[in-house]
Amino acid sequence: MEKNEYLKQLFQQEFSKMVAVISNLFGLQYIETAEDIVSETFLQATETWEAKGIPPNPPAWLYAVAKQKTLYYFRRNNILEKKVIPGVIAGHEKYQEPEMPDFSDQNIKDSLLRMIFAICTPAIASEAQIGLALRILCGFNIDEIAEAFLSNKEAINKRLFRAKEKLRQEKIQMEMPAAKQIPVRLGNVLHIIYLLFNEGYYSATQNRTLRRDFCYEALRLGSMLTEYEKTNLPLTNALVALMCFHASRFDARETVDGSMILYEEQDAGLWNAALIKQGVHFLEISMQGNEVSSYHVEAQIAYWHCIKDDTTVKWNNILSLYNQLLLINYSPAVALNRTFALYKVKGAQEAIKEAEKLKLDNNHFYFLLLGELFSSVDKNKSISSNKRALVLARTDAEKQMIRKKMDALS
Amino acid sequence: MKDFMLLFRQPSYDYSKASQEEMQTIGKKWADWAGSIAAQGRMVSNGNRLALEGKVLKAGGVITDGPFVEIREILGSFIVVKADSLDDATTLAHGCPAIDRGGSVEIRPVYS
Repeated sequence: MEKNEYLKQLFQQEFSKMVAVISNLFGLQYIETAEDIVSETFLQATETWEAKGIPPNPPAWLYAVAKQKTLYYFRRNNILEKKVIPGVIAGHEKYQEPEMPDFSDQNIKDSLLRMIFAICTPAIASEAQIGLALRILCGFNIDEIAEAFLSNKEAINKRLFRAKEKLRQEKIQMEMPAAKQIPVRLGNVLHIIYLLFNEGYYSATQNRTLRRDFCYEALRLGSMLTEYEKTNLPLTNALVALMCFHASRFDARETVDGSMILYEEQDAGLWNAALIKQGVHFLEISMQGNEVSSYHVEAQIAYWHCIKDDTTVKWNNILSLYNQLLLINYSPAVALNRTFALYKVKGAQEAIKEAEKLKLDNNHFYFLLLGELFSSVDKNKSISSNKRALVLARTDAEKQMIRKKMDALS
Repeated sequence: MKDFMLLFRQPSYDYSKASQEEMQTIGKKWADWAGSIAAQGRMVSNGNRLALEGKVLKAGGVITDGPFVEIREILGSFIVVKADSLDDATTLAHGCPAIDRGGSVEIRPVYS
C-alpha cells in the first residue's frame, strides 16, 4: 500500500478512538479540544515519520504523543488539578495517579460506545447527528463530508459547530444510558447508522470510493454494537445483516465509469460471497426473539435478492415481505418495489392494475416501473411511460439509463 | 381524505381441519389484499387480529362460550383505511378474501 494511503487509513481509524478516550476523561464539553489534540498528534506523526520512518507500532506512538499533549493542555489550563483529579479521587477510595488518558483496548471500546450514544441523541436534529457521526465516529475530514453532501467546507464546519454547541446546551454527557433506556436509545443510534449507510449507498457524489467508505464505516459501527452484550440485540443484528447484503453488491451495481447497473442486469459473479455469508450469520441471530422490525423485513428482502435464480418461491417471499414492510413503514419506493414483486409473481396484467392505483405521478421510478410492465403488453404505453420518466429523472446517471431502455424498445 | 373502518365478518368456520397449505393460501390472499391498500399509502391501521375463542355476555348475566354461538357470522377483525368517500372506501374493500368465503366487509366512517 502506498504510504500516504496507509497514513490516511491509520489516522481515520485512530481519530475516533482517541477523541472518544480524551472526551470520556475530561467531558464532552472538551470535544473540540480533543479533536485539536488528535489533529496536532497526526501532524507531528506525519513530520516525524517523514524524517525517521514509521515506528514499529504506529498506534502506540500516537497514543503516547496524544497523552503528553493532553496532559500538557489540561495542566496548563489548570483543568486537571482543579476539576478532573478531585472527581477521580471521589470515585476511588485509594487515589493512585491514573494512566491518563487510558488508551487500553477496553477503555477505547467503552469510550467509543459512550460516544456513539452521546452523539446519536434525539436531543439534536438527525442531520446534525449524521454530521457529527461522520466526523467524530468515522473520522472523515471536512472536505470528504462536504463532497458527500455536495456542499462546501464552510457550510459543513458551521453545521458541525452548531451541532456541538447544541450538545453543550443540552448538557449531553459521555455515559451509557441506563439499562432500561438502552432499547429506546439504541433505536435512535441504529437509525443514524442506517441513514449513514444510505448516505453512502445513494449519495449523488461521483466519488465512489468515498461512498463505499461511508457504507463500510456504517457497517463497522453496527458490527461494533454487536460486540457489546448490552447493545447486541436482535434489532442490531437485523440492521447489520441488511447492510452486509446491500454492501455485497457494490462491485456489481456500477460500471467502471460509475453508471448504475440495474439488479436484473447485474453479474452475480461480482457479488461478494463473504459479505453475503456474514449477512446470513447476523440475520440468523436477529431471528432470536419475537421482534419484527423494518430492519428485519428489509434484511430478509435483501437476502432473497442475493439469490440470483428467479424462482417462484423467491418472488413469492419477496412479495409477502414487501406486504409486511408496507404495514410497518409505507414509502413510495417500497410501494413500487412491492408492485415489481407482484409482477414477478402474477404477471404484467395484474401488476399494471395494481400499479395504476398507486398514482405516484411525480415519481420517475413510478413511470420507469410502468414502462417495464407495459414493455411486453403495450409498446406505445411503455415508450410514453419511459418518456415521462425521462422528464422527471433527476441525475444524469438516471437519464442515461432511461435513454438506454428507450433505445432498446424502439 | 377521511378514515374508514373495514370490518370483516365471516361464517364461523372450523379452521382446525384446514391443511397447512390451505391456511398459507388464505394467509397469502389476505396479505396481498392488505398490501395493495398499504401500497397506495392508504392503510391507517391494520387493526388487531382477533383470536377465534371468546365469550359473549348477554342481559341477565348470561355468558356463552365463543362469539359464534347463535350467530351465523363472526367478527373477524378490522382495518382502518384512508379514502375520499364511503364509495371510495368500498372500492378498496373489493377483493377482500372475507367475501370469498361467504363473508362480508362492513365499511363505516370513523369519527375524527
